[in-house]
Amino acid sequence: MAIALDAAVQLVQLALVLALAPLLTGLVRRLKAHMLRRQGPPLAQPYRDLLRLLRKEVVLAHSASWLFRVIPYLVFATTWVAAALVPTFAVGLVFSNAADMIAIVALLGSARFLLALAGLDVGTSFGGIGSSREMMIASLAEPAMLMVVFTLSLLAGSTQLSSIAASMQGSDVGLRVSLALALVGLVMVAIAENARIPVDNPATHLELTMVHEAMILEYSGRHLALIEAASHLKLLLYVSVIVCLFFPWGIAVSGQGLAAYLAGLAVYVLKLAAGGFLLAVFETAIAKMRVFRVPDFLGAALMLGFLATLLLFVSRVT
Amino acid sequence: MALEVLLWCAAALLGTGVAAVAAARHRIASTSVYGVALGATVIAVLAAAWSLLVQHGPAGVRLPLGLPWLGAHFRLDALTAFSLLVVNLGGAAASLYALGYGRHEESPGRVLPFYPAFLAGMNLVVLADDAFTFLFSWEFMSLVSWALVMAHHRRSGNAAAGYIYLLMASLGTLALLLAFGLLAGAGGGYAFEAMRHTTPSAGVGGAVLALALIGAGSKAGIVPLHVWLPLAHPAAPSHVSALMSGVMTKVAVYGFVRIVFDLLGPPQWWWGALVTLVGGVTAVMGVLYALMQHDLKRLLAYHTVENIGIIFIGLGLALAFQANQLQAAAALALTAALFHVFNHSLFKSLLFFGAGAVLTATGERDMERLGGLIHRMPLTAFAFLVGSAAISALPPLNGFVSEWLTFQAILLSPALPQWLLKFLVPAIGALLALSAALAAACFVKAFGVTFLGRPRTPVARDAVETDRWSLAAMFALAALCLAAGIVPGQFLDALAPVTQALVGAHMPLQEERAWLTIVPIAESRSSYSGLLLFTIIALAAWITTWVIHRWASAATRRAPPWDCGFPDPSPLTQYTAGSFSQPIRRVFGSVVFRARETVELPPPGDARPARFAVRLRDVPWDLLYVPVARAVNFAADHLDKVQFMTIRAYLTLVFGALVVLLAVLAAWQ
Amino acid sequence: MDQLALDVAHLFAGGLVLVSFMLLYQDRLTGIVNNFALHALVVSLSVAWQATIQHAPHLYITAAIALIVKAVVIPFALHRIIVRLGIHRTIEPVVGIGLTMLAGIGLVALSIMVMLPITAAAGTLAREDLAFALSVVLLGLLMMISRRNAVSQVIGFMSIENGLILAATGAKGMPLVVEISVAFSILIALIVIGVFLFRIRERFDTVDIHALHEHRGGRP
Repeated sequence: MAIALDAAVQLVQLALVLALAPLLTGLVRRLKAHMLRRQGPPLAQPYRDLLRLLRKEVVLAHSASWLFRVIPYLVFATTWVAAALVPTFAVGLVFSNAADMIAIVALLGSARFLLALAGLDVGTSFGGIGSSREMMIASLAEPAMLMVVFTLSLLAGSTQLSSIAASMQGSDVGLRVSLALALVGLVMVAIAENARIPVDNPATHLELTMVHEAMILEYSGRHLALIEAASHLKLLLYVSVIVCLFFPWGIAVSGQGLAAYLAGLAVYVLKLAAGGFLLAVFETAIAKMRVFRVPDFLGAALMLGFLATLLLFVSRVT
Repeated sequence: MALEVLLWCAAALLGTGVAAVAAARHRIASTSVYGVALGATVIAVLAAAWSLLVQHGPAGVRLPLGLPWLGAHFRLDALTAFSLLVVNLGGAAASLYALGYGRHEESPGRVLPFYPAFLAGMNLVVLADDAFTFLFSWEFMSLVSWALVMAHHRRSGNAAAGYIYLLMASLGTLALLLAFGLLAGAGGGYAFEAMRHTTPSAGVGGAVLALALIGAGSKAGIVPLHVWLPLAHPAAPSHVSALMSGVMTKVAVYGFVRIVFDLLGPPQWWWGALVTLVGGVTAVMGVLYALMQHDLKRLLAYHTVENIGIIFIGLGLALAFQANQLQAAAALALTAALFHVFNHSLFKSLLFFGAGAVLTATGERDMERLGGLIHRMPLTAFAFLVGSAAISALPPLNGFVSEWLTFQAILLSPALPQWLLKFLVPAIGALLALSAALAAACFVKAFGVTFLGRPRTPVARDAVETDRWSLAAMFALAALCLAAGIVPGQFLDALAPVTQALVGAHMPLQEERAWLTIVPIAESRSSYSGLLLFTIIALAAWITTWVIHRWASAATRRAPPWDCGFPDPSPLTQYTAGSFSQPIRRVFGSVVFRARETVELPPPGDARPARFAVRLRDVPWDLLYVPVARAVNFAADHLDKVQFMTIRAYLTLVFGALVVLLAVLAAWQ
Repeated sequence: MDQLALDVAHLFAGGLVLVSFMLLYQDRLTGIVNNFALHALVVSLSVAWQATIQHAPHLYITAAIALIVKAVVIPFALHRIIVRLGIHRTIEPVVGIGLTMLAGIGLVALSIMVMLPITAAAGTLAREDLAFALSVVLLGLLMMISRRNAVSQVIGFMSIENGLILAATGAKGMPLVVEISVAFSILIALIVIGVFLFRIRERFDTVDIHALHEHRGGRP
């Protein structure tokens, strides 16, 4: 009975991330519009966009292969699973054994690998631009993310997300320089990975400014719906990771009962909203970098992560 | 018992090689040679697996061959059994592949005799238990593989590749000879059993480590001794390339592990630092080289260099942990390295088989003349995709598991007390993460440019799928990659006796964990469950597909590509391999290779085409090999004068040498 | 509570290292000056915090001097100089930003390797604070040698001063007299350098060191 209840809670989390992800994107878009003194689309607009795309016909290029048709499903599945493994309102759920931080980074890497292949599949120059730039960004963003993961795992003694969150909540960690450096590095990586300004502009279709949009240029209909949903989920994942690892107060522990879960859920939604607000402010305040400044940006994130790890290695007094 | 079976298999392979010398042109020669090789290697795999999993304790035998006072010692212990498993599994896959591929061989007389001899040589190196047998088998293996590299010697570049290979192989054997000489010591005990029981001094131990690193490392392909690898591996026929890259490099790793972990005694901490540093530099340089290539087989060969770097990182960490008495961590690092040895032999062989299939179907190795092959060769493309995903360390395949284990070993490293290690290991961790990300970029390029997109040349447009044997070999390896990724616990438990014998500890046994999770240190610390992840992803994909097919529109229409409204019918407008790697070349290559791009645009009105050229500088080649070659040439030019002296001058030389030696003899007393 | 106080001081020291890295990352002149203002702000906050936990009121004056002089007056003056001389260019680093940051990491590692074994008797956080202060000094020197522009070299010189202040306030009991003399010397140095920059700009129409180098006497 207890196992069934735990499994049910895990499935609720699986559905919850899927339900909340478009809402977060809608919130960010609306806040950005307000800051630019526009009305902006309603909060539920991403849901309507997804439903509209689902009802539309798919137009496939003549040169698209079976891989092109399968990739949206795989990308969505891997991103959804990765987002569902990150603790949102409670830690220690059924799948938390598999919620290894390195595995989650690698799952996102799988999604990116497949998406880059989709960009090359049709054989147009735009797809090639998107894929090659995406892999360049990934070649620096993924090591930076792994360095942040190393920093946190060294502090917590584990690479499991639940263990890291639990040890961050404990008082023996304290305010450490490595944590501050890791937080800055993680935020920089999150901006790059989610194709946000200043790395990429999610709202444009100009060649000079596209990375993510260029890879998915040939997708339409239900395939595009799946890929858009995957990018919403990716944003939710990164905000959840930052919130869960660096600001874990209020998160429930598995087995504490329904009231604790509901309180955890409320706190989580508030934290998501705060994250969305900060992202909107940041995106409005800064301009987009040109493409070959992005390696400098991500190189700085990699250096910060490396410095954080180095400080932790060195400060282990034997 | 298993030892005898293995020795008979090696003898059978040698005999087949000899027989093939006479009968190479026969109609069924190719099928029978590869068939016998397949049978012998499968039997060897079974014998090695039985020895590793069931038998406990080593078995040895001494045959009255070779030197009269030494004989030929052969021994089958856990490390040998594991290495034999890797070697013969690769050999079996290559033989199965070659049953189909070998039919297209234009000069079978140059390949058929040497192929089974190559397999036999590799088996004998791993089985050898004294220095003479080891070196003899090692040289035999090198020479036979050189013959295979020179099989198509009239093709441009192959002769030069064979020459450089021979030089580097000789250098490696010399280094190993000196290493064994130092290990044998003044007593002259060349049997490994004698070397195990004597512990050399710290200085001698360091010298042996350096020599083993040069000797075995040059065969494995560590930077800067890797220069022969990307020349020789692509020059050989594809099944031999797979063996050289996937298996012979592992034999070299076996040699290194045998010398450093088994024969040398307790390590010093700085040995670990040196090996880890070499591994880290090799990994990043290898993948950066691979990204600059547009020849498919050269790209795969350079990528082997990267994976060897990852293996050496694990080995170096194991040495450092062992030097500091952290046995459990040493077992983890060594297990990670050895599991990566196994995984790499699987997916690198698979990728070379795919490249061979493409070469047979189109006659092209250059990616920029291929494209769109997924439509013409769908099964090959699928197998190559699985291999690319595995080598890019994507879950739930096997490449991710060995990389995850290496990261876990790095995360245990703050326990190391030496300051240099405290600074080196996080840097190596960053380099490892960087090389993993770059490897994914490299294989997006390799798979995407070769198989996806539109065909760039008529040969790519008219390619046909390969034969059943090749496909069977590729799919068998792909299935093994998936299996090793989903149920790694069984494979890790098989490695436990190996690490127990070498570092005195092993990883916790993984058998009864829920969901076949693997736990490197303790449950509370980290765990990874490939099966669980695979199941959840499959479940999520199935739910998504069901929801989409139930409630979304199913209409699909084919049309020309959108391409932002500017579709171009010419397939030359799509991205090439060079253009795909341009951003990475600009970010990393401008520093590491001094990559410079020059564009010559003719003035307006001139109808000449514009020219785009990329200039790369191979830094180890320019800094190490060119000066050495120049010095050798200089010395040779000056020594040339000795050839043309008068008789009186020669007599003077003899007289002078005699006088000097007599004077030394007088002074000595 | 005591541990929290030490943690916050440690965080300020680490923050100063972070801002030094941000200084290395900048490639525009206005960005460098604004970042230097942030650098001075972090130093003044750190000194003020030290004043609180060491119960040394004279350090408040130090913090106020750092804040007013270095975080407000000097950046304002430098902005005016930039406008008057008309330099709005981007700054060309000598070896590219990636390599400069990598060298910066190496310098931090070096200062840790030097400081930690020497100060084995002190507490962990105090040792790391000293290591951070040394790294700020080294990063300021790196900034001076890796930029081609004279204004950015001035900023690098002043960030070295900030690192020394961090080190000095970390240990207890730095007298105010030293601080006033240091502040005055900075101000005089700045005035002198500003005057020189004006003269250089008038004579040669540029302050790019590379161009100026050609006008040196002696070797070409």
